[in-house]
Amino acid sequence: MIRYLLARLLTFLPTFLGVTLISFAFIRVLPGDPIIVMAGERGLTEERYAELVRQFGFDQPLPVQFWNYLTGVLQGDLGTSYVTKRPVWDEFFSLFPATLELSICAMIFAVGIGLPAGVIAAVNRGKLFDRALMSTALVGYSMPIFWWALLMIIVFSGNLGWTPVSGRIDLLYFFDSVTGFMLIDSALSGQNGAFTSAVRHLILPTIVLGTIPLAVIARQTRSAMLEVLSEDYIRTARAKGLSPLRINGMHALRNAMIPVITVIGLSVGTLLAGAILTETIFSWPGIGKWMVDSIYRRDYPVVQGGLLLIASMVMIVNLTVDILYGLINPKIRARK
Amino acid sequence: MTAEPDAQGTAPARQGQLAEFWYYFRENRGAVIGLYVFVVFVIVALFAPLLAPYDPTEQFRDHILKPPAWVQGGDWAFPLGTDPLGRDMLSRLIHGARFSFFVGIVVVVVAASGGILVGLIAGFAPKWLDSIIMRLMDVILAFPSLLLALVLVAILGPSLTNAMIAIALVLQPHYVRLTRASVLSERTRDYVVSARVAGAKLPRLMFVTVLPNCLAPIIVQAALSFSTAILDAAALGFLGMGAQPPTPEWGTMLAEAREFILRAWWVVTFPGVAILVTVLAINLMGDGLRDGLDPKLKRS
Repeated sequence: MIRYLLARLLTFLPTFLGVTLISFAFIRVLPGDPIIVMAGERGLTEERYAELVRQFGFDQPLPVQFWNYLTGVLQGDLGTSYVTKRPVWDEFFSLFPATLELSICAMIFAVGIGLPAGVIAAVNRGKLFDRALMSTALVGYSMPIFWWALLMIIVFSGNLGWTPVSGRIDLLYFFDSVTGFMLIDSALSGQNGAFTSAVRHLILPTIVLGTIPLAVIARQTRSAMLEVLSEDYIRTARAKGLSPLRINGMHALRNAMIPVITVIGLSVGTLLAGAILTETIFSWPGIGKWMVDSIYRRDYPVVQGGLLLIASMVMIVNLTVDILYGLINPKIRARK
Repeated sequence: MTAEPDAQGTAPARQGQLAEFWYYFRENRGAVIGLYVFVVFVIVALFAPLLAPYDPTEQFRDHILKPPAWVQGGDWAFPLGTDPLGRDMLSRLIHGARFSFFVGIVVVVVAASGGILVGLIAGFAPKWLDSIIMRLMDVILAFPSLLLALVLVAILGPSLTNAMIAIALVLQPHYVRLTRASVLSERTRDYVVSARVAGAKLPRLMFVTVLPNCLAPIIVQAALSFSTAILDAAALGFLGMGAQPPTPEWGTMLAEAREFILRAWWVVTFPGVAILVTVLAINLMGDGLRDGLDPKLKRS
């Protein structure tokens, strides 16, 4: 097991280095001089230009620049935003809870519906429910979520007036952020209606962001269940006269969960990519919108830092999934 | 099933394979429907100028935001209504099919040919080179694809061509992984060993002996990335980083229509339906291809 862990960690390091190299290279392959871009349209005197070049270390050889960047990154220094002049690290962590809150809700939505739906479809294989569910799942999987979001806004915000169009909470409410999670903060604030407002703002983005993972989880659960249900030990359990609930719920689902957990873990990348579109449409102040805005504003240090942080996050989650997978599944553990 | 050990396959054997493939493909009703829709989509894309009633950029200033014909206030001259600039929605959608089709084809060809080549090299290369290639692919896969595509477009400048390059680059590692995995499992088979013993050189081993037997999963992947490419290109267009107005690309059309969503539902609904139907048809077809090509998953 330790050897498996070590082997997995060993592949993590070069990947991390590569990701750092890409985000380092990003700012240097941009067309135009980053320093002139940074200065905007005001123009620069020659002395000021030279000073900035020195300040950003652009006068040093590339390997030295990369080394400085890498050591900076490892100490949590990701540079400073051109626009807000705040450290990228601080910006990221002040916006991250919004994305995390939305992603957690989307994941609960996706697993909460997708898992039972997949199980029921597998148990009723070939029947109407199964076919209807799988068709729906394929539609969900093919959905352009930015359009899905607009449709939801038309129906639920425009026609029915049930949900707000954008933001995390009504402007009426104001309170200090304690955890960064609006649901918790609004409940803690004790203001009347604040929590309800936060929930109403969350509903549409959650559904939109959760749609594709929901479809993937439902499909994956179904096929994993089907595979397990054809195993001998399920037949034995049936022969023993166990109740269907016990067979499907205890024996089958537990074993079908292994691939499903992997899919759930690997959905993190999907969620972050989806967050870019979802947050932009619903003006949700999270890291997805932050990245898009920074690209529009040409705030390159933010794009660079954001890229690195997001990729690292995806990598850490994948690594964790792999390790958990090794823990759950003895076959993998034994192989290494 | 293409995974016959004899890659050279005589003509009747080929026909048999095709018949078998078609047999399994036809069993999947969804796949057949998907295929029909896809054929219609291809025809529309190819003959857009003949099919569209108007030029997609022609503005009818007297007919701004006309609703679809069957709605009150609609006009059969503009069956699906007009957009905020008075352009015919139907003509724009028909021409939009061209862009989506083009994006799909280019991205799949670029990503697949690059990915297959790199995957073959990785599969046949000594261990150190293989490791380097695969770690490189891990690096690309660590970034959420849309984010990486966005950043690449930010570097290259927003345009449909750059969006296609970015998407192809992002999708390519999947082909590398698939090809390499198939190569590794085929490489030790007897037919490969015997070809090697018979004196086949490396390029021949790679492209003639092994590659044809690795194609099944790659074809399925190609169908999947065709739809991903359409979705991602539309998403980039929607974010203003893909095709630029007035190009009638479906995602770009949605972006232009955004501010009218509460006033004119049709300008938002139809481009999205077009994307959804196309992507869904291709995904359905992909499922059928998998049933027909991948013997392991057959009848599961």
